Amino acid sequence: MFAYIVRRLFLMLVTLFGISVIIFVLLRVVPGNIVDILFDAAGFVDPADKANLERELGLSQPIVIQYLHWIGGLLHGDLGYSYVSEKPALEEILPRIPITARLAGLALLFSASIGIPLGVISAVHQGSKLDYALRVVSLSGLSLPSFWLGLLILMASVSLFGTMPIFNPNPKTWIEALTIYAVPAMAVGFRSAALTMRITRSSMLEILRQDYIRTARAKGASEASVNYHHALKNAVLPVITVIGIEAAFLIGGLIVTETVFNIPGIARFLVEALRWRDYPIVQNLVMFIAVVVVVVNFIVDMLYAAIDPRIRFGD
Amino acid sequence: MSEAIPAETVLDVRNLQTVFFTNSGLFRAVDNVSFSVRRGETLAIVGESGCGKSVSALSIMRLVPDPPGRIVGGSVTLEGTDLLKLDDAAMRGIRGNRISMIFQEPMTSLNPVMRIGDQIIEAVRLHQKVSSKEAWKQAVDMLRLVRIPEPERRAQEYPHQLSGGMRQRAMIAMALACRPALLIADEPTTALDVTIQAQILALIVDLQQRLGTGLILITHDLGVVAQTAQRVIVMYAGKKVEEATVEALFETPLHPYTSGLMASMPAVIALGAESDARLNEIPGMVPSLTNLPPGCAFAPRCKLAIDRCRQEYPPLSEVKPNHWAACWRAGEIAGAS
Repeated sequence: MFAYIVRRLFLMLVTLFGISVIIFVLLRVVPGNIVDILFDAAGFVDPADKANLERELGLSQPIVIQYLHWIGGLLHGDLGYSYVSEKPALEEILPRIPITARLAGLALLFSASIGIPLGVISAVHQGSKLDYALRVVSLSGLSLPSFWLGLLILMASVSLFGTMPIFNPNPKTWIEALTIYAVPAMAVGFRSAALTMRITRSSMLEILRQDYIRTARAKGASEASVNYHHALKNAVLPVITVIGIEAAFLIGGLIVTETVFNIPGIARFLVEALRWRDYPIVQNLVMFIAVVVVVVNFIVDMLYAAIDPRIRFGD
Repeated sequence: MSEAIPAETVLDVRNLQTVFFTNSGLFRAVDNVSFSVRRGETLAIVGESGCGKSVSALSIMRLVPDPPGRIVGGSVTLEGTDLLKLDDAAMRGIRGNRISMIFQEPMTSLNPVMRIGDQIIEAVRLHQKVSSKEAWKQAVDMLRLVRIPEPERRAQEYPHQLSGGMRQRAMIAMALACRPALLIADEPTTALDVTIQAQILALIVDLQQRLGTGLILITHDLGVVAQTAQRVIVMYAGKKVEEATVEALFETPLHPYTSGLMASMPAVIALGAESDARLNEIPGMVPSLTNLPPGCAFAPRCKLAIDRCRQEYPPLSEVKPNHWAACWRAGEIAGAS
């Protein structure tokens, strides 16, 4: 098991290196840099000024040197300066992380705490009216884009309560704090909840047919114990995988949700920075997201081993 | 063998009827079947796949999947209580406590994510108020009882770390943990290697006699029946077609189906004897339970069938003392032998 963890950690580093190269190259393949964007708006300009500015920002150097410069800085904790605000990139990125982390955490919590129990209920009552109703809800969750759902929620709250949750960096009460984050988290987490529910349902249906479920019943175990203790522990493995993948997809969903709900998190900031070709912000932010995704994957694998002894004792 | 002791009936099944509602219609998986088991006795239920022997066992446990199955009639009396009249909670108190069951597939019948010891503990703690420490001690004792080497270590292990034979021993330990009055073993050795089969059977019979448990042994293997059971019932297409002591059944089978089963048993061929002897087979197939013929269900495959067999179902009658058969010609067969 220890050897496995070491091998897994080494693979993570290799993956992150690959990702850093891809981010860096792709960003520079996209036509135009910040200098082009600034000077385009200005009409006629002196090409010498342009070249000067490019040299100043280090954009005229060979791409390999630029890459080494970035990675070298990254390893020393120096992320460079934002082209747009001219503040250190770290200062721009760090304060935005907790906001998005809260949103993403709540969204995942929402999807797991709604999706898993409803999936179990749906599987246990397979073919009942309740099952059909839940499946319709989950299908709608998969079909509704989160930005549209977000807009619907905002419009509904305006027409019902005459107000809507507006982002406030310093909420006065915990209720206010919860609504500020919970509503957009639900809007973005609804899809994951629906997906989690469907996977839980199909996984449970598969497990409930197994012989050891009959054994548990033959022992005299109650239905609740059979469903949640014996079956769910086996059925939850594919669900964890899906939640892990969803955690990565969540960033995409958060871009629109943060825009719709006007929340100053990293997802929206990333899109803005990309529009300005603010390389230091974009590449460091994408790198940060990549680290999160890789770590989440690692946690998923560890959870697998924790739950399933066949994996734990496999090597 | 235990004739001197007054025989005490543990389980009495009367006119049990279990039906399945399927898309192709209703079928009677268990049709008016009655039998009883005494303390310390082994009753074998024999028949081909789909004859209703497993459904009979699941009906006693009230574990027939509903839908599509349902017990529609009869009674199952265990130690004086009709199990079919109990509510779900009371029935859970019986399962694993007064009746236990061992299944055919030891490879898949244990929960892969729970330790062996914990699975046995669960059976104990569902029915007895004991501390988890005491329950663990009982679990280890049970593993020792079923002759698993190093029981303390094995209790800590997961099912995938045990061989098929060991897993079946663990299943037996779990089934007997609460000292049930009745043990149902549904083809307990079918999935095991031949060398292990004999060991497991011997273990079941030994423990059953030591603990005085009534045993229902479901099998299609007449060799197993001859080795272990005192009485046998033969089932065909959901009905009981013959019941007798093992000796009487093997000496003079009164139902043509039973004779057919015996003739299709491979005998060990002595050295030098003719080895090209073909096994006898029963011609034809088990009829579909949704479309049974009006008379005897076995008539289409029976060499001895007469017109009456195809029109009227023969009632189960006591052809010889304590030897029952459901065949119009059983009397002739008994007379001829």
